[in-house]
Amino acid sequence: MADMKTPLAKVHGLGSAKDGTHHWMVQRMTALANIPLVIFMVVSFVGNAGKGHAEWVAWLKQPLVSVLVILFLANFVYHMRLGLQVVVEDYVHDKGTKIATMVLITFACVLIAALSIFSVLRIAFGG
Amino acid sequence: MAEFSLPKNSRVGKGKTVKADGASNTRAFHVYRWNPDDGENPRMDTFEVDMDNCGPMVLDALIKIKNEMDSTVTFRRSCREGVCGSCAMNINGKNGLACTTAIDDAKGDVAITPLPHQEVVKDLVPDLSNFYAQYASIKPWMQTQSTTPEKERLQSHEDRAKLDGLYECILCACCSTSCPSYWWNGDKYLGPAILLQAYRWLIDSRDEATGDRLDHLEDPFRLYRCHTIMNCANACPKGLNPAKAIAEIKKMMVERKG
Repeated sequence: MADMKTPLAKVHGLGSAKDGTHHWMVQRMTALANIPLVIFMVVSFVGNAGKGHAEWVAWLKQPLVSVLVILFLANFVYHMRLGLQVVVEDYVHDKGTKIATMVLITFACVLIAALSIFSVLRIAFGG
Repeated sequence: MAEFSLPKNSRVGKGKTVKADGASNTRAFHVYRWNPDDGENPRMDTFEVDMDNCGPMVLDALIKIKNEMDSTVTFRRSCREGVCGSCAMNINGKNGLACTTAIDDAKGDVAITPLPHQEVVKDLVPDLSNFYAQYASIKPWMQTQSTTPEKERLQSHEDRAKLDGLYECILCACCSTSCPSYWWNGDKYLGPAILLQAYRWLIDSRDEATGDRLDHLEDPFRLYRCHTIMNCANACPKGLNPAKAIAEIKKMMVERKG
């Protein structure tokens, strides 16, 4: 059955979502925050390379290090979630698949963030 | 999902070859052919054009082919000097105007196909209905509420200068059809040409609907599918930079957030 809608009706669709700028801004803000945080992580990991378990734990137990690692994890996962949303919106066009993929991605991101941050806290506050 | 390969009935086959009898200096033009009426797959026909009796531009060769070799070759053209935008097509993998693209810029054969990722009406003629509807959707005319002045609407030299690099757009669709984001989401993403035109009205000091225009564009698909790929600036036969115009629209969006 041929689609009898006019091209203009299709272009107008359901109207503007009145949204998008917030996502765009937050994606850039998290990218900006990622610059120092990733540098900190890389420098720390290179500096700690070859050390034993006890030394790694001692390193992570330092309050400033714990906080920076948690900030890195939260920011990195949030940025990842926003970026993956763009990829899905670009390439997944089937409505059902799109919603299911976004739900899965969001759940996975929250899980990754919760597990990793909890691990840092456990080391930070553990005996 | 986005389509990364052509459906079976769109796969391009090899077509006929038409030789230039008695010519010594020839150039081969491979031209995309598709006729909606014969039920066959598209094909690439080869025309060997006598370059000693042909103008310098790709459009000259196409007109020569249509006049002398195969009158069924179908393409749009009008002004033949880069101001109408009718003869936009893909020439050796790059979108451009056939009338302003020199044959000698190509080394060897010249392959000509319609603008990418648009439905084809026939041969080199793409269906631009969606593109034109998108243009209409941004209301590309001056919108005002103030009482219409008796004479012209005044604009300072500085404000007029802001339209440079925008008003020159001829809506040939070279940029939009070179944009991967437009390929994947052309039904919802307005694309570089239309967004450049939208910015042309957003930045016009005489227009009074700036806020409404931004409201219309505030959308993850209409505006934010632009990922600054920059194919648009590379393709534009008028040397414009739609990506920059889109970046300016995004800056306006952020600015009004406070």
